[in-house]
Amino acid sequence: MSARPRAFSKFREVQSELEQSGAAIFRDGEGVESLIVRSPYAINYIHSYAEDSPFFLGLADGRLRGSKCRRPKCGFVYGTPRGHCMVCGAPTDWIDLPTKGRVHSWTTCHFGSEAFLKETPYNLALVEFAGVGSLLLVRLRDCVESDIYVGMPIEARFEPNPKYSITDVWFVPAR
Amino acid sequence: MVTGGVTKFAKAHPAMDFRLMVKRAYDYALKGIPNLTANRIDGTRISYFSDHFTRQLKAASMVQDYLGMNPKGSVRIEWGGATGGECFQAAYEAVASGRMDVCLAAGFETMSRVPTWKGNEFIALASDTNFDFPLGGFYTGYYALMVVRHIYEYLRLGRFADIQDEREAQRRAIAEGCRIMSLVSVKNHRNALHNPYAQYPKRLTVEDVLNSEMISYPLTREQICTMSDGAACVVLCDEERAKEFTDKPVQVTGVGCGTDTMRLSDRPFGRVPLLPHEKAKAYEDLPYPGVHSFRAGRAAGIEAYRMAGITKPNQELDFIELHDAYASSEIQTYEDLGLCRYGEGYSFVERGDPFLKGIDYGFPVPRAGASPVNPSGGLIACGHPVGATGLMQAVFAFWQLQGTIPKHFGDPKLQLDHPRRGAIHSHAGTGSAVTVSILERGFR
Repeated sequence: MSARPRAFSKFREVQSELEQSGAAIFRDGEGVESLIVRSPYAINYIHSYAEDSPFFLGLADGRLRGSKCRRPKCGFVYGTPRGHCMVCGAPTDWIDLPTKGRVHSWTTCHFGSEAFLKETPYNLALVEFAGVGSLLLVRLRDCVESDIYVGMPIEARFEPNPKYSITDVWFVPAR
Repeated sequence: MVTGGVTKFAKAHPAMDFRLMVKRAYDYALKGIPNLTANRIDGTRISYFSDHFTRQLKAASMVQDYLGMNPKGSVRIEWGGATGGECFQAAYEAVASGRMDVCLAAGFETMSRVPTWKGNEFIALASDTNFDFPLGGFYTGYYALMVVRHIYEYLRLGRFADIQDEREAQRRAIAEGCRIMSLVSVKNHRNALHNPYAQYPKRLTVEDVLNSEMISYPLTREQICTMSDGAACVVLCDEERAKEFTDKPVQVTGVGCGTDTMRLSDRPFGRVPLLPHEKAKAYEDLPYPGVHSFRAGRAAGIEAYRMAGITKPNQELDFIELHDAYASSEIQTYEDLGLCRYGEGYSFVERGDPFLKGIDYGFPVPRAGASPVNPSGGLIACGHPVGATGLMQAVFAFWQLQGTIPKHFGDPKLQLDHPRRGAIHSHAGTGSAVTVSILERGFR
């Protein structure tokens, strides 16, 4: 057995070799050899939703929550909640958002980050709610690229078995 | 600015780690300036975007020692996609404040160290990880959301306003927007045919761009820049030393930076911050920025233009190297920077203003040369090794203003005719931060 890893002139071949044996040599056009090894990295973070927690707990109860600036003269209503008002700095209060809205903008992702590649194609939409000053980004399901348009009425659906993630809510075309 | 250097950006540089890439760019910059030796440099500013890509924290320290810069002062700069532009401005500030006489700004990124889609995941971690990333975090998707709305505001409600059927009107507007975005892609890829530093010089047609793979509707592969490995550096110094180092210095006459919310969903619907040549009345009915425009880019432009005394950017800038991570964001940025009015970005392309004279694009460009944008080929054709990109723009702009493009490119085609003033523009995810710097010829 040779102690020397296999050599390749195509970088793609190096990648597949790393999956097999964990080491490879890349030889470039000028004959320069580089030793390349697989270097894994994984971690489970202890992530707190902190002041955003009530939103995610709300999703688990089938409630879509936004926030409203506590200062009466401001009163800005957020479609994606935040603990303090971005306009005036005052604390906000939790409110229930409408579960119906309209598509403000949208796209269909045919590729995605590695974590979501297996879910492609998927639709993303920014939702606008009547009487709410900012938007909410969601997945738009039960429709395809050719169905979707700006202004399309849509409504919320909730995950019956919550994962405590923003994916616990999604929108579908309004019935 | 007295010199600069760039490594050719590549999908992967397996034979060079980040230290060696920066060293190559640095050696290139210092070559030919005998008075500028390492001992004349007072300190450095070093930029790279992502520790995920390097998996070597404090990698800037390793650049500092590889260049033999210890124990001089340094700091690492990071500000998303605008990292390189911020690094340039940090070096500017070090000199302008009097803290340093001579400052080296160096930047790099090594993005080939993970597969492409994992790399996209790392980049998407620069979006809100509670509300945005878990939905399918993907930057091309975010920019697609922005351009779909931009098309709605300006094409659906503009040249397709008379069509009654809403869906039909939107489909036609998107098709028109895509066609025009493809013109931008053709421009940048064809400019790059004359830039040996460009990674993707291509003689594309509009059809090639439209027919390339759909990545995130309506953005296709050829309308999007690619992750790359690369490094770039520049040397900035005070006026006195500049004259000692070169008879062709370039002066930094304006710097600006703006920001916006991380989440697209939080962008306000307010009023347009006006440039000196604009009137409020023009934008009375435009909710701004919404998700269609980059308010940070507008803010950066206002600050930089004010400092440089620019009141009519479309007439007073001889060229712009701007952050075309997407063909869509190039068009949106014309408007932010006041090269044309909000809403006119598409016709600005069709008229040919951002194209170069003397290059064959395969279609007529009546106003070629009016406002050249990305003569180098930009990010779309050169690649986007994040921490190096903004500095690469500075180097290309510097060579343009010096008139040394023929020397450095070995091809005179992209050299503009005696440009006096140019702008560089660096942009972080969905416009959450943007820098604009104004560079001017500092010699007769």
